[in-house]
Amino acid sequence: MSTRSALGGVGGYLDDRFRGAKGIRSFFRKIFPDHWSFLLGEIALYSFIILLLTGTFLTLWFKPSMTEVVYHGSYVKLDGVRMSEAYASTLNISFDVRGGLLMRQIHHWAADLFVAAIMAHMLRIFFTGAYRKPREINWLIGIVLFTLSLFEGLFGYSLPDDLLSGAGLRITQGVLQSIPIVGTYLSFFLFGGQYPGNDIIPRLYILHVLVIPGLFMALIGAHLFIMFHQKHTQMPGKGRTDANVVGAPMYPYFMAKTGAFFLFTFAALALAATFAQINPIWLYGPYNPIAISAGSQPDFYMGFLEGSLRIMPAWQWVVAGHTFALNVFIPAFVPLGIVMTGAALWPFLEQWITGDRREHHVNDRPRNAPTRTALGMAMVSFYGVLWAEGSNDVIADHFDIALYTVTEIARVAVFVVPILTYIITKRICLGLQRKDRHLLEHGVETGIIRQLPTGEFIEETRPVSEEMRAKLVLPAPPPALPGGGHAPDEDVPPPKMRGGMGRVRARLNKIVTEQVPAGTHGNGHGAEGDGAPARAAIGAGPHGAGQAEAGDSPQHGTPSA
Amino acid sequence: MSDSPAGHGPGDIDENGRPAGDGPAGDGEAPGAPRRLIGTPPPAKAHALLAGEPPGRPPAARELPADPPDPAKAKRAERVVAACFLIAMLAGIAFIACYVIFTGSTLTDVQHSNLALGLSMALTFLGLAVGATIWVRRIMPPVELTEQRKPMRSADEDRAAFAETFDEGAQASQFVKRPLLRRTLIAASIPAAIAPVMLLRDLGPLPGTSLDHTVWRRGLRLLAYGANTPIRPGDFSSPGGMITVVPDGYQDDFNALAKAACIIIKFAPGQIVYTSQPHPVPGHVVENWTVDNIVCYSKICTHVGCPAALYEQTTHHILCPCHQSTFDAARGAEVIFGPATRPLPQLPMTVDSQGYLVARSDFTEPVGPSFWERS
Repeated sequence: MSTRSALGGVGGYLDDRFRGAKGIRSFFRKIFPDHWSFLLGEIALYSFIILLLTGTFLTLWFKPSMTEVVYHGSYVKLDGVRMSEAYASTLNISFDVRGGLLMRQIHHWAADLFVAAIMAHMLRIFFTGAYRKPREINWLIGIVLFTLSLFEGLFGYSLPDDLLSGAGLRITQGVLQSIPIVGTYLSFFLFGGQYPGNDIIPRLYILHVLVIPGLFMALIGAHLFIMFHQKHTQMPGKGRTDANVVGAPMYPYFMAKTGAFFLFTFAALALAATFAQINPIWLYGPYNPIAISAGSQPDFYMGFLEGSLRIMPAWQWVVAGHTFALNVFIPAFVPLGIVMTGAALWPFLEQWITGDRREHHVNDRPRNAPTRTALGMAMVSFYGVLWAEGSNDVIADHFDIALYTVTEIARVAVFVVPILTYIITKRICLGLQRKDRHLLEHGVETGIIRQLPTGEFIEETRPVSEEMRAKLVLPAPPPALPGGGHAPDEDVPPPKMRGGMGRVRARLNKIVTEQVPAGTHGNGHGAEGDGAPARAAIGAGPHGAGQAEAGDSPQHGTPSA
Repeated sequence: MSDSPAGHGPGDIDENGRPAGDGPAGDGEAPGAPRRLIGTPPPAKAHALLAGEPPGRPPAARELPADPPDPAKAKRAERVVAACFLIAMLAGIAFIACYVIFTGSTLTDVQHSNLALGLSMALTFLGLAVGATIWVRRIMPPVELTEQRKPMRSADEDRAAFAETFDEGAQASQFVKRPLLRRTLIAASIPAAIAPVMLLRDLGPLPGTSLDHTVWRRGLRLLAYGANTPIRPGDFSSPGGMITVVPDGYQDDFNALAKAACIIIKFAPGQIVYTSQPHPVPGHVVENWTVDNIVCYSKICTHVGCPAALYEQTTHHILCPCHQSTFDAARGAEVIFGPATRPLPQLPMTVDSQGYLVARSDFTEPVGPSFWERS
């Protein structure tokens, strides 16, 4: 399409007024690198859009009111039952608004997918080191978005005022009340008095449909703008450096792909809403503070807090006429605090430990940052234990284990499993690094055995392709800390590194920057010159093994060495 | 500017990023070109018509190939994509039809409607999505472009210029030079920031001692929840059962019930560990507050306030289904397992002149979850 025709008609009219040709041209040519894991954030974004669409539909009929009404609607089993207007209008949406049940179910599934996609996206960012400079601020925005999504979800599923969500609100109130000094006041202010009061549903409603979505839109806007401005990270590969970005242009490739992906997300949610019933509130009945159903489970993203409450031993302090409910306060705030604060601080801590102030645009493969990966997996396992404990009654029932035993196991596991996970993950990462080194240094085993003139049998290897090599090589390490133990010839550490903090930093630096050193793939045949020249000579293509070996493993002597 | 006399397209931009034709005449043309007199035909016009490219700018190398490498394959893919789009169209029509057809509002009707609408909606999106994906992957020519990045840090001269501009502005504002203005501005903004928070004060009443009491009082009858009938000790045909009870007159008041809901349990003689003290003793039931081996406890869990609703007769354990706090009903509801720290409070009970179970007084301690002011 020529310039003239694209800018004739409407395009020309608009450009006359906005001078957009140059800017939009570079927007069209903006490069988006491709990797499956980059789609996780897009799932979150599209779930959010679907939430806005379906949520707006629901607000047309939902009545956020706790006024008591007597139900005489289409669901005859609840005919004549007294309930809040909120619950009655949710029944009305489900039974009397065509497509209402579908929209409700899509909305609920989309909320679950939204949080799940945020979590997966965050893990991707963490494990590939995509949060590193210059993206630390965007990482923090992401953490705020994640936290908001938990509240948004909790408030949203409380709105129908059914028996199940009411139990969730009751727990929320109990947790709020456990906060020292201000807890009782916070609870009274949120609920407009004693629990349950008559105000909570309208208040949650306005938070759910206006305040938090407004924050979401502002923060998602900032998140995307920063991503756009800083350009996307890319996975390591041939020709990809920290000074470029390789991929397909926005127009038409990325636009079409991402548009299709939005539709895939919508289709998947529509299928889930069609075939997998979610939150059938008519089965739970209206809320009633006296009643509860056994096996109550919150939505999955609240499960770890639920598990954390279940796992906690009965501790409390009564000091000077005040009760500090450690049995509620600790599990409600500490694990969430550890996960969120840890995630928020990590980029800065890592920067301080490694002294790495460079910009990073090529992501790490998780194995190439063993300590980070191990820490992340430890956190995941910590979360996982709490999450599983959140369903301890279901686990006990399904696997026929005593309920208390499940909790007692979890009480130990919540400490032991993360430590084990850390150790095992780190070993796996280092092992994978060794495998990569082996490939780099010895090439790919072809399975061809050849006899040398001397009678020796060797296996023929082929050097790895350039694409492969670009993936396998370790990224350049950060510059060594002064006196951090990287340079053995450095005899006296500078004053900054001699103090307590300096020593801690040097020590942490050793742990965090641990890598498999070049030339040690741990297969026990690192001895010098054991057939290496012959190996090097075989299958040497344009990027010969000899050249590669010379570059990467000095002790494997090439003919010239 | 619909047709520039210099022969540029209306949106053309010269090397310096300025729209062509906006600057001095001849700005966008080759350096050294003679200035054209106004009114004479531009010398570049003929050239532009021939080459189809504006002057002053070498034709850019094509970055995206115009056609896929294998036209036959692309042709096959085209048919598949068109089929997908047709399916999407039919599914969309089906959605509209289903909306009109499925109108009932019984549970079964709604389930059918949900199935029909959901399936046709999903098919619509899926047809479009699959079609678009095949279009991108099989019909658009594959391409990989490289874009250079600049370091995020601005160039030193830009930073210096920025700092200068900022300082100039700061000086012109007189903000630094006039501490009186600065301080009074800050002083003025503090109350303005506090005021909106103050406005939230009426969100709720202050707790006061309201959490210490329930609506139970001397002589108030215990009603069996649901049936709302008063209870005589003799109504229990055999020991073992648990009944939820509510205070007479408050059976529909959620705000009262959220604290006042109780359970009564009838034991066989000798099962209960009694104390003769007139107040709760850990591990014991206050004998004076029971009637005929019937004990009344608060139903509101002392952990975070769920109704402790599960009762196991053989072990006489009360279990809260939320977080599995377990209380021994025969021993003053002391905590056996789980996160709750305190026993369920026992409601002092007696019978009235007509032989119905009534409260002897309110609870002697706050019910429900812990809170800071609880002593």
